[in-house]
Amino acid sequence: MTTFTVDRTPSRPQESMLGDAWTVTRRQFWHWRAQPGGFAVGLLFPVLITLMFGALFGGAIAGPGGDYYSFLMPGIFVMAMLFGLETTMTGVNTDAARGVTDRFRSLPIHPAAVVLGRCLADLIYTALGLIVLMAAGLALGWRWQDGVAGALAAVALLLALRFALLWVGIFIGLVATGPETVAAVQILVWPISMFSNIFVDPSTMPGVLGAIASWNPLSATATATRELFGNPTWASATWVNEHAVPLAVAWPLLITAVFAPLAVRAYRRLGG
Amino acid sequence: MPQPTIDVRDLRKHYPKTADGVGLNGIDLDVESGTVHALLGPNGAGKTTAIRILTTLLRADSGTARVAGYDVRTQGRAVRRHIGLVGQAAAVDEVLTGRQNLLMLGRLNHLTHAAERAAELLDRFGLAEAADRKVATYSGGMRRRLDLAAALVVDPAVLFVDEPTTGLDPQARRDVWSAVQGLVAGGTTVLLTTQYLEEADALADQVTMLAGGRVAAAGTPDELKARVGGDWLEITPADPADLPQLRDIAARIGNPVDRDGVVAVPVTDRTRSLVAVSAALADTGIEPLDLTVRRPTLDEAFLQLTGPATDSATYSYTAPEATR
Repeated sequence: MTTFTVDRTPSRPQESMLGDAWTVTRRQFWHWRAQPGGFAVGLLFPVLITLMFGALFGGAIAGPGGDYYSFLMPGIFVMAMLFGLETTMTGVNTDAARGVTDRFRSLPIHPAAVVLGRCLADLIYTALGLIVLMAAGLALGWRWQDGVAGALAAVALLLALRFALLWVGIFIGLVATGPETVAAVQILVWPISMFSNIFVDPSTMPGVLGAIASWNPLSATATATRELFGNPTWASATWVNEHAVPLAVAWPLLITAVFAPLAVRAYRRLGG
Repeated sequence: MPQPTIDVRDLRKHYPKTADGVGLNGIDLDVESGTVHALLGPNGAGKTTAIRILTTLLRADSGTARVAGYDVRTQGRAVRRHIGLVGQAAAVDEVLTGRQNLLMLGRLNHLTHAAERAAELLDRFGLAEAADRKVATYSGGMRRRLDLAAALVVDPAVLFVDEPTTGLDPQARRDVWSAVQGLVAGGTTVLLTTQYLEEADALADQVTMLAGGRVAAAGTPDELKARVGGDWLEITPADPADLPQLRDIAARIGNPVDRDGVVAVPVTDRTRSLVAVSAALADTGIEPLDLTVRRPTLDEAFLQLTGPATDSATYSYTAPEATR
């Protein structure tokens, strides 16, 4: 004999958690549609940076070989991942300041849903930005030389870095007391991206600075993506350069392991 | 005996980082189902702290609080399923339209007919016409109404409203009032905070006055008003040197307080007090800048119900007859 039991519960907790996250993601889609200008500027800003550095330094400084854009583009991809942190941080901070976060927190939804929804939206935005930036790179003469598999692996490493920085952005956005903190971070991303191997070989920098630059997580991802795209890299045979790919996996994991719990904790304890 | 919808016992919260550190110094609260209860008090009295604890946004240091039968500390998720929150800032997404805001919250509350519910609420709060405009273009009153609608997407059993009309013009304030009154007619229990005596008077069945994180007085608006007393007579001296003498004159008809160089004294009989003070002034020959009788303000209500305070910012003394 067969008995049928009808499950009347509307949805399982996990399912509704992902559903709730998706609702929060769609909210960002509405934002993009409501602010097409800001949406486009966010996508095009790294292209502008590319042209700026390409035109400024391309003539004066030679990369480690080949066309300057072949060398520059992976670095700009990495820089774009770092700049994405501002998008996350500003969005999170605005929501917290306006009380929107409190409203979410007063709803019977899983606390992770809101954060996860934000992550997904920001990753989609990053992926779109990366497509635009790669298209611009192709137009300027940049190519991936080592096949599609290597290129996809490079993109995966870039998104892994962005994912890790998401948590940093959410954490800073939640604990930031006001626009001053946000502005400070917006300024700090510049030296952080400069003290790396994105533009200059760290071995040419003075001692401590060179060490900081070579151990900068951005350097690992930059070297790793340059290798995977088959683009020129700095020749220095340092330990960090030779282990760039594992480091480009390890750094995002470490950053996520530190900042994801911090971000979730800050979200739960918001305001005291 | 029915259990109150909000049941608070000796709730305490201390903020170590702030100057006075006072959040809540042990408050009790009973809110019966289907009533409006107002937490009345000045800034820093602990109103928002209380709301944040009751809506599970903040954890109390000690004491118990139950909302809709659930413990806010251990059953947060269940509490959140039964409440709506209208925070101090209009917590609506300015970039989205009014409709999108409600649609999003309907989906987050897992409504199967989120779109219909959004349309219904927009209509009810007089926002149907502005439904598809960005909230950034809304007036303060419209935002506040959308904010209220947002908290009502799921018909909460208990609605928390933190200073609903602060910063609104009189018309917008009346709109918000009628919206709250409409809710109560529908059976919702409302706990609201306010700095305005008249707002508590207009909306609340019961009022709890908070001062310095303590309950200073509690009762129906009528009971409290009776305790506050009537009007105030104010004498503004033309020359500050006359202040002591003016105080002496005022002391003949009551207990004067000195506020920013103005002598104020509570009076029960407007005409008689005015005549008495006028006569005394004429005798001494002092010509004051201003001599008026006016309705009490919340500040004065506090001074009356919480006892004389040395500093207008600290209402630390609790009148014995005011506690329950």
